[in-house]
Amino acid sequence: MSGIDFNTKVVEMKGITKKFGDFTANDNIDLTIHKGEVHALLGENGAGKTTLMNQLYGLYRPTSGEIYINGRKVDVSNANVAIQNGIGMVHQHFMLVKPFTVTENIILGKEITRFGGVLDMKKASEKIRELSEKYGLHVDPNSRIQDITVGMEQRVEILKTLYRGADILILDEPTAVLTPQEIHDLIRIIRNLTGEGKSVIIITHKLQEIKAAADYCTIIRRGKHIDTVDVSRVDENELAAKMVGREVSFKVEKDDREGGSSILEIDNLVVKDNRGIKKVNGFSLNVKKGEILGLAGVDGNGQSELIEAITGLRKTESGTVRINNMDITSKTPRDVIQSKISTIPEDRQKHGLVMNFNVAENMILENYSKNPFSKNGILNFNAIKKYANDLIAKFDVRPDDPYHKAGSLSGGNQQKVIIAREVSNDPDVLIAAQPTRGLDVGAIEFVHKSLVDQRNRGKAVLLVSLELDEIMNVSDRIAVIYEGKVAGVIDAKGADENEIGLMMAGGK
Amino acid sequence: MTMKEKKKTGFFQSTAGFTVVSIFLGLFIGGIILKIAGFNPFTAYWVIIKGVVSKPKYVAYTLVSATPLILTGLSVAFAFRTGLFNIGAEGQFIIGALVAGLTGYFWHLPPVIHVIVVIIVAGSAAAAWGGLSGYLKAKFGVNEVISTIMLNWIAFYLSNWIVGLPGIAKEVGVNVTNNIQDTARIDILGVWKRTDEGIEYLTEHPFFFDLLRAPVNLGFLFAILLVILIWFILNRTTLGYELRAVGFNKHAAEYGGINVKKSIIISMAISGALAGLAGTFHVLGNSMKVANLAGMEGAGFDGIAVALIGNTTAAGSVFGGLLFGILKYGGTKIQNELGAPTEIINIIIGTIVFFIAMPKFIKILYSIKLKKGGNQNAE
Repeated sequence: MSGIDFNTKVVEMKGITKKFGDFTANDNIDLTIHKGEVHALLGENGAGKTTLMNQLYGLYRPTSGEIYINGRKVDVSNANVAIQNGIGMVHQHFMLVKPFTVTENIILGKEITRFGGVLDMKKASEKIRELSEKYGLHVDPNSRIQDITVGMEQRVEILKTLYRGADILILDEPTAVLTPQEIHDLIRIIRNLTGEGKSVIIITHKLQEIKAAADYCTIIRRGKHIDTVDVSRVDENELAAKMVGREVSFKVEKDDREGGSSILEIDNLVVKDNRGIKKVNGFSLNVKKGEILGLAGVDGNGQSELIEAITGLRKTESGTVRINNMDITSKTPRDVIQSKISTIPEDRQKHGLVMNFNVAENMILENYSKNPFSKNGILNFNAIKKYANDLIAKFDVRPDDPYHKAGSLSGGNQQKVIIAREVSNDPDVLIAAQPTRGLDVGAIEFVHKSLVDQRNRGKAVLLVSLELDEIMNVSDRIAVIYEGKVAGVIDAKGADENEIGLMMAGGK
Repeated sequence: MTMKEKKKTGFFQSTAGFTVVSIFLGLFIGGIILKIAGFNPFTAYWVIIKGVVSKPKYVAYTLVSATPLILTGLSVAFAFRTGLFNIGAEGQFIIGALVAGLTGYFWHLPPVIHVIVVIIVAGSAAAAWGGLSGYLKAKFGVNEVISTIMLNWIAFYLSNWIVGLPGIAKEVGVNVTNNIQDTARIDILGVWKRTDEGIEYLTEHPFFFDLLRAPVNLGFLFAILLVILIWFILNRTTLGYELRAVGFNKHAAEYGGINVKKSIIISMAISGALAGLAGTFHVLGNSMKVANLAGMEGAGFDGIAVALIGNTTAAGSVFGGLLFGILKYGGTKIQNELGAPTEIINIIIGTIVFFIAMPKFIKILYSIKLKKGGNQNAE
């Protein structure tokens, strides 16, 4: 933190306003970044953080306002201008060519050549190795992207920006896909970068990381600049309150209770992914009535395939899935739903909602063929609307309009629609796959409350999450999945984060 | 005033607004080409308008030529709404026409019933033809674009082969079927207008005489009924709900328990039936027979353009089909009266579709206009 040079302003955004039609995404926002500073942009989903950074990176142009880079006014008309001015951005979704090596990916578009056209891979990979060592990234320039971990992919993206001469790095939700250990490493890398005089902007809605990594934090709410604070002088509760505009509770309120009898029994399940690799390989787990079982694990250890197999979307190779002593292995999705399993899917935009349908149409996605929503194949719009209005009121979906398109709802409200639909099926088992991914604190609070409600009503909840904090906060018991198997099951009470982290990494 | 202004901007920002602007751009560029070719574009367009509305006969001809286009447009639009691209309307049209021609001649049934039976049988054959592509996609993952193109050619040669077969061809060596039975015809007073009584009546009533010189038939009416039916299926039934859900997002539909494979087959079958009925009505109301084809006639392919112009909605297909009918039928007039090439009409149609497929271009045009206008309005 001592490395900040307060006399050198590397970025100044003044009075930035960005409008999309009638919607104001950024409303007269000021932002100043100094040399060697880690600056966090904090805000709820849809608050306008990424929009603001996209303007600095030249992906959007401000409706009004000025951008100064290193004291000079710049019209950042496209990303090339930004790159030339030393700005690099690592997007939330990595953009790497999987079969290419690290070096090939990094030099893409800025190749080192000999004889006016022949690639000089040796020189390129040497240069990348140097950069990697300088900032402690530990990237092997010759490995292929498809063989490296997500955390390593992110470092490749960071290297890519450094290779292009970036002095100001924008990281968009950098920890969303990382394990606790990887997050630790990332924070160390960020420190190395600022130590060398680089500046880093982190877009995030995770408060702990801001506390751990950032020097300053600018809070944006509904497109407006709320405050810029010295991180060392505020606590997480203050940050959260500024972000949401009200007090937020982090602790999940729930009483102690014993789980009942087993209701969902998964025995020795084997499931292959699309490439024919056994991603779930002898997975066994029991979930009891009245408990939340948290399944922790690093992304890609078979969680997605496991959920797809239980819900009937993917064929199982062997093993069984039983609910209430009924075998539902390899049943169709409709049969699974009817056997009282409901799912909050991992990817709400792909599996959860039909984005072009309105809220009401999405609410009946699993029940449209039943009375009262249809009779003799003709839809009953009055009944559908009434049902949708009831759920909208009960689950506080905003805006409270059943004819609003699902695609134009905020992430949190989309999730509310899904939860409303799934919980209304009155399932015996609720599977929640990364139910809070990409949501802000306010929405997360709501989702967790819904899960605890289910549990308190004596239902079983299987919570699959990549966020260890979420697992530890919400679960009654914790299971860890590693390479398609259960690496261990422990009681959530008194569970140790490091112990779980070690299991997630296959260390036990 | 501001309210009115707002409304106006709203319309031109809408899809319908884009379509209207695209049509004008198409006419504008067609006009430039006419000018380059040495014709006065205003005269040419006037000739087209006159050629479509100035006589009852012309209006009738326009509707007759629009009928199959409305239906093939509806066919493509329906598939589109459910996430499928039906390039096979052409082949389905051929199958519908072929089966209508055969059952219309070989079967002997009472009037009205004959028509109903032919429509059901020919529509089912075309549904099977379209459904086959759906089945291939659902079962084996064959892209419907590829399978429908293949099936177009199969339908084409199958039809040409069958109409030349002995016993089916009218005469040996003439690759045309016999005219369908009178009981299967859907043209209005088509038999009567050739009787002595009919001729006598018509010479006394010039309006009807003129109108009935065109092959006026019930096809247009049937087409409108089908448009309404399809709109109802898509928007008011559980079947339409399923098909639309699969079309918008088959993953979410599958998650919700909808049988995606079944939906794909049903959708392609309905789409095939619609294109097939275009061929059926063409035979029952207009051509009365099926002839050996030298090349694809294009009603199915035009359906793609019609669907695009109609924003792939059921009602839009009527609009797109009529526009096409006007340009196609009216376009023949500029050749007769001015000696201008009819190809220009195809260029105009092509340009319209081009601009419709490029809403972004029109948005850029708007932004240039708005910037200029904005400065003027600034206080």
